[in-house]
Amino acid sequence: MLDNNKEIIKVDNIRRDFKVGDEVVHALRGVSFAIHDGEFVTIMGTSGSGKSTLLNILGCLDTPTAGEYYLDGLAVRKMSKNERAWMRNRKIGFVFQNYNLLPKTTALENVELPLLYNSKISSKERRERAEKALKAVELGDRLYHKSNQMSGGQMQRVAIARALVNDPVIILADEATGNLDTRTSFAILTLFQELHARGRTIIFVTHNPDLANYSSRNIVLRDGKVVSDTVNPNIQSARATYETLPAPEE
Amino acid sequence: MNFFNLFKIALKALANNKMRGFLTMLGIIIGVASVITMLAIGQGSKQSIKSQISEMGSNMIMIFPGNMERGGVRQSSDDQQTMKVSDYEAIRDDAKFVSYVSPQVSSSGQFINGNNNYPSSVQGITQDYLEIRKLKVAEGEIFTDEDIKTAAKVCILGQTVVDNLFTNGEDPIGRVVRFNKIPFTVIGVLQEKGANSMGQDQDDIVLAPYTTVMKRLLAIDYIQGLFCSALDEDMSDEAQDEITEILRAQHKLKDGEEDNFTIRSQQELSEMMNSTSDMMTILLACIAGISLLVGGIGIMNIMYVSVTERTREIGLRMSIGAKGRDVLMQFLIESVIISVLGGIIGVILGVVASELVKAIAHWPISIQPYSVILSFAVCTITGVFFGWYPAKKAANLDPIEAIRYE
Ligand SMILES: Nc1ncnc2c1ncn2[C@@H]1O[C@H](COP(=O)(O)OP(=O)(O)OP(=O)(O)O)[C@@H](O)[C@H]1O
Ligand SMILES: [Mg+2]
Repeated sequence: MLDNNKEIIKVDNIRRDFKVGDEVVHALRGVSFAIHDGEFVTIMGTSGSGKSTLLNILGCLDTPTAGEYYLDGLAVRKMSKNERAWMRNRKIGFVFQNYNLLPKTTALENVELPLLYNSKISSKERRERAEKALKAVELGDRLYHKSNQMSGGQMQRVAIARALVNDPVIILADEATGNLDTRTSFAILTLFQELHARGRTIIFVTHNPDLANYSSRNIVLRDGKVVSDTVNPNIQSARATYETLPAPEE
Repeated sequence: MNFFNLFKIALKALANNKMRGFLTMLGIIIGVASVITMLAIGQGSKQSIKSQISEMGSNMIMIFPGNMERGGVRQSSDDQQTMKVSDYEAIRDDAKFVSYVSPQVSSSGQFINGNNNYPSSVQGITQDYLEIRKLKVAEGEIFTDEDIKTAAKVCILGQTVVDNLFTNGEDPIGRVVRFNKIPFTVIGVLQEKGANSMGQDQDDIVLAPYTTVMKRLLAIDYIQGLFCSALDEDMSDEAQDEITEILRAQHKLKDGEEDNFTIRSQQELSEMMNSTSDMMTILLACIAGISLLVGGIGIMNIMYVSVTERTREIGLRMSIGAKGRDVLMQFLIESVIISVLGGIIGVILGVVASELVKAIAHWPISIQPYSVILSFAVCTITGVFFGWYPAKKAANLDPIEAIRYE
């Protein structure tokens, strides 16, 4: 949609090899693309095609064996461990398939967590921002619920709030709806679309080919290579689909 | 990440696992409490022995017949009769490092005053003996040189003896008491000294001229021992050398012949006692230290388990921006909290246990401030030391692998 915007992500011919015993697994064999501010990109591909490997590199959790990666204009490949930790803390919001909330911990505390590792933020500001993020995912009334007292959909909303709270340049989601039923998946997808509508840049890795219709751009990987990269001119509304799905019986 | 936040995180992690935290702490608690109690007992007994020895006399040197180094036990009765009054006179006249000297002979028996009788013993000595043993005459007076010369039948009583013989509270001075049928005139009463720290009554004592005890009670011509005071605390060794020289000359011992007497000094005694009780303290401290070590290993064990258990949490923290250092500090602070909190509880428990030992077993105890500070320092070091490896392990985890950990 907003084509002439600033480049958030630029990957240039990145490769990632894993040594397994004597063999070398080429998980990524030269991937290049650029993602601009305000895009909602889905990444698809069969199992083992390298989606997670790519996302880990984009999320500064891993470094490519070769090739360059620029996040928000900064070259990540030569960064130290601590610098990459800083990037994760300030520039990136991660959403995982299995939520990864801290056990026995309230929604509010879970969302505050990234800000705890940013010493510039006071405890007052931390709290305010966490509350705001939880309100944005419609959990304003569940601030003090513990993670084990919530449903999967609610936990994923908390995880999304946590990814939002540090005001990242990009949100990365790896199979964020993979553990949820169809209806809840669409509720979460609706949330992502709303965030996108408010200007967030999102990369959403998924197995489900249908979800390509709900993003602004779709990248398909096969054997560690990009095989298709298409812009979706007419984005379907996840909310509309959600409303067609039968409500669970009371 | 500031320190306060890390501290909060660590506290929360501990609060989530209270029982485990407490059990881990228990090792430290027991370790610290035993260090403090053991040192309190060790030092308490050391101090009590020390004060006991200094109560005994001033720079006292005791000489006994027979060579105790040789066989440990006194040998034949011949050996016991080698010391004569002339030995006493030689030391009195010639020893420069000796300020006071008194022969000593003693006879035990029954004191009788009217209907009261009391079993005790009479120490035959000179006036110097009072200086050597730190005794004072409270009423009446000490016997004179004339009394010694004439072997006068006079005596000075300790308070316990007075209480037992003069039950109506009469003034004992000038009265005659019988000891083994021989009448003694009481010329003085000693100042009360009370029980020593071992509980022995120091007032159960009767003093008389040594000549009286030798001639009239025992009918012997030898003395049973000599008591001396060194001129000064630091001159104890010189005094002993001098006494040895004089006695060897007196006894006409040839070079190479062993002494036929044994010298014991108060200083030597206190050094011996000190080294024994130091040894005991070290031993006790070692045992206690080992339990502290075991407690530390307990911390390490639990921290390892905790790191493994919370691998996912660590991965998550890293993925949202925690640096290796933050994770390291989090776990380190956790283990230090366990050990320091355990240390605080241990100190309290140790003090309470020491007081209980004092109250129930009546052992002398002395709680050492240094042992409190020491166990605290050791606790913190234990926490850091034993927490380090698990924390380092956590900090070195790969975030991707950690977050995928099942
Ligand atoms: N740490 C690793 N060590 C060795 N090989 C790895 C490692 N991580 C990934 N691989 C390999 O890299 C390839 C890509 O894996 P990746 O996890 O990126 O696939 P994916 O597209 O996310 O699959 P799925 O849809 O099942 O999640 C696979 O062949 C995998 O075996
Ligand atoms: Mg994957």
